[in-house]
Amino acid sequence: MKRTFSLFSVVMLLALFLSACGSSQSGGPVTLRYAIWDKNQAAAMQQIINEFQKAHPNISVRLEVTPSTDYWTKLQTAVTGGNAPDVFWMNGPNIAKYASNNVILPIDQQIATDKVNLNNYPASLVALYTYNGKHYALPKDFDTVALWYNKTLFDAADVKYPDGTWTWSTLEQAAKKLTNPAKGVWGIAAALDSQENYYNTIYQNGGYVISPDQKTSGYDNPATIGGLKFWVDLIHNKLSPSLAQMTDTAPLNMFESGKVAMFYAGSWDAIEFGQNAYTKDKVDLTVLPQGVKRATVIHGLGNVISASTPHSTEAWEFVKFLGSQRAAEIQADTGTVIPAYNGTQSAWVKAFPQFHLQYYLDELAYAVPYPVSKNTAAWNTDETKILSNVWAEKTSVDDGAKQLAQQMNQVLAQEQK
Amino acid sequence: MKAADVELSTRHSEAVVNRKHKRVSRVMWRDFIWAYLMIAPLMLGLLIFYIWPVFQTFYFSFTTWGDFGTYQWSGLNNYQQLLHDPDLLGALTNTLIYTVLAVPGSIAVSIVVAVLLNQKIRGVGLYRTLFFLPAVTMPAAIAMVWKWLYNGDYGLINYILSLVHIHGPRWISDPHLALYSLILVAIWGSIGSNMVLFLAGLQSISSVYYEAAALDGANRFQTFFRITLPLLSPTIFFQTVVSMISAFQMFDLLFLMFEGSSNLVVNSTQTVVYLFYENAFQLNNKGYAAAIAVLLFVIILGVTIVQFQLQKRWVHYA
Repeated sequence: MKRTFSLFSVVMLLALFLSACGSSQSGGPVTLRYAIWDKNQAAAMQQIINEFQKAHPNISVRLEVTPSTDYWTKLQTAVTGGNAPDVFWMNGPNIAKYASNNVILPIDQQIATDKVNLNNYPASLVALYTYNGKHYALPKDFDTVALWYNKTLFDAADVKYPDGTWTWSTLEQAAKKLTNPAKGVWGIAAALDSQENYYNTIYQNGGYVISPDQKTSGYDNPATIGGLKFWVDLIHNKLSPSLAQMTDTAPLNMFESGKVAMFYAGSWDAIEFGQNAYTKDKVDLTVLPQGVKRATVIHGLGNVISASTPHSTEAWEFVKFLGSQRAAEIQADTGTVIPAYNGTQSAWVKAFPQFHLQYYLDELAYAVPYPVSKNTAAWNTDETKILSNVWAEKTSVDDGAKQLAQQMNQVLAQEQK
Repeated sequence: MKAADVELSTRHSEAVVNRKHKRVSRVMWRDFIWAYLMIAPLMLGLLIFYIWPVFQTFYFSFTTWGDFGTYQWSGLNNYQQLLHDPDLLGALTNTLIYTVLAVPGSIAVSIVVAVLLNQKIRGVGLYRTLFFLPAVTMPAAIAMVWKWLYNGDYGLINYILSLVHIHGPRWISDPHLALYSLILVAIWGSIGSNMVLFLAGLQSISSVYYEAAALDGANRFQTFFRITLPLLSPTIFFQTVVSMISAFQMFDLLFLMFEGSSNLVVNSTQTVVYLFYENAFQLNNKGYAAAIAVLLFVIILGVTIVQFQLQKRWVHYA
């Protein structure tokens, strides 16, 4: 009796242990995992999921939010371990890596069968998510960068609000008047951010980050170096917090606490400023100041399907809905992001009437696509490493830029092999 | 005696008799099988999740990895790269500085605290709890709170310093200072768990020694250095070995406090395990990362062996 019970308990323990290793779904309702990286968009995504689930009662979707700093690391580990989410966000820097390794599904067949009209999206975004002639994602949104300013601080310093006439020198002069060391206020935050800060000024100065054939770096180009100098000069002249100060406290938090008067922000930040207790009634925006010419970086996300998903049919249904006009309307009405679907953008502009969000759309006229290559992440790391020293004024802009160009060219040469 | 017990003891005396004949009887076999069956779940888990990955790591240190898990044999390439990597040298230096300062620092402070809290004063239970609290707090919470305490412009430490007209430094954004700020947090966090062990060690010291010392007219300092410390040395030895092994592997507090920080700070604080993490998961050089792990294993093994050899000199086993 004692022996049988002991044997039984051991067998149960082993069975428990082994069953924990694998999980099986025996038909019936399907659960999809949807991975994103922006907590500000989680509400809108959940709303889209709820409407999708109502229309498809046998499919349920679980939203997984990972902070953007960890998203790609975690995703790469998940894909390598065979545990990738079924549907996830994709961006320009990573599409080539994922598509060329066949870890995401091409969706041309599904697009043809379900007669999805790709003309509903901006052509540049559709092209961004095409690799070797195959489509991998339906465009989700697009974003540009604008100049946000704190009206209270401008009033206190008696400076006119920024507008479309502003140039680099207008901004520097205004920053001088706005910087008040006694009150701990700076004119602008010269953050070390590529998409929101220095990519824009590089193009505004007539430079470029990567050559059109994606083979050479543009960092040793004098115009590019001038674009970087714009920010380093602001730090050097104490019109912006130093890199150390911006390491202690994030520039976004500084702007939201009234410590900096001006801030370059992407259109995805509109909802953050609209909901933040301090900024929602004290800030506004305008187009970026002009350098040698006008420019802003444009980028957009797409939704892709994992190649290892066991539910590719259901995943496609979800991706199709994510790319539909209804999903675009939800994103616009909540003011979350500018949707990619043609004709739905005006609802986004109206989401926060206190901000002149229309300027983000006006900038489309001179927008430059976000620079990418086959292995963008490799030289992005070099950018952060080397430009950190430049922003901290440990290396001169010329030396840092030339060093970066050298390393970036090495990485690009590897890609050609 | 119950019938079952009689049966058991008969079987066992059989077994004893059979052992003399150096033959494993059926009875002994049955006992062995039961024993193995009982530990099977744990052994399986250990084998699959601990032992097997160790061998895999050794193997992978001789490979180079591409995207998404594809790898190929590359012989000693990773080890050659190790020898010429400036990042690795920096990481080793940082790890060494951290270990040399944090381990003696935390042990010294913990001994003092343990001695002080070994008295029967009022509220001693409360004090012991307070000191032990960091050991049961999430590292993420600790990092978050200390990041704000240390904040150069708006942190509490610099605010208090400003009240006495001292301009506080940039504790965690100055590359020269960041590592030492981290060491302070690490020492603070480890006082509790070290103290518990030292309290146990202190309470195992027989009071006979203290009485004899008091009779001989020893003051508190002499008692501490001539009686307490030597008799505590086995516990100190154990704590030193264990703390050193974990100090060489410092990662979590560093990652939580400095990840995403300016690159300058990361470079001047990154430890060997952080470099491992960066290579394995951010740069996807899993082969090179495995080589780093093997190197760290050899270093820790060497240090531990040295410590065990040295114990003959300073550890007094009562």
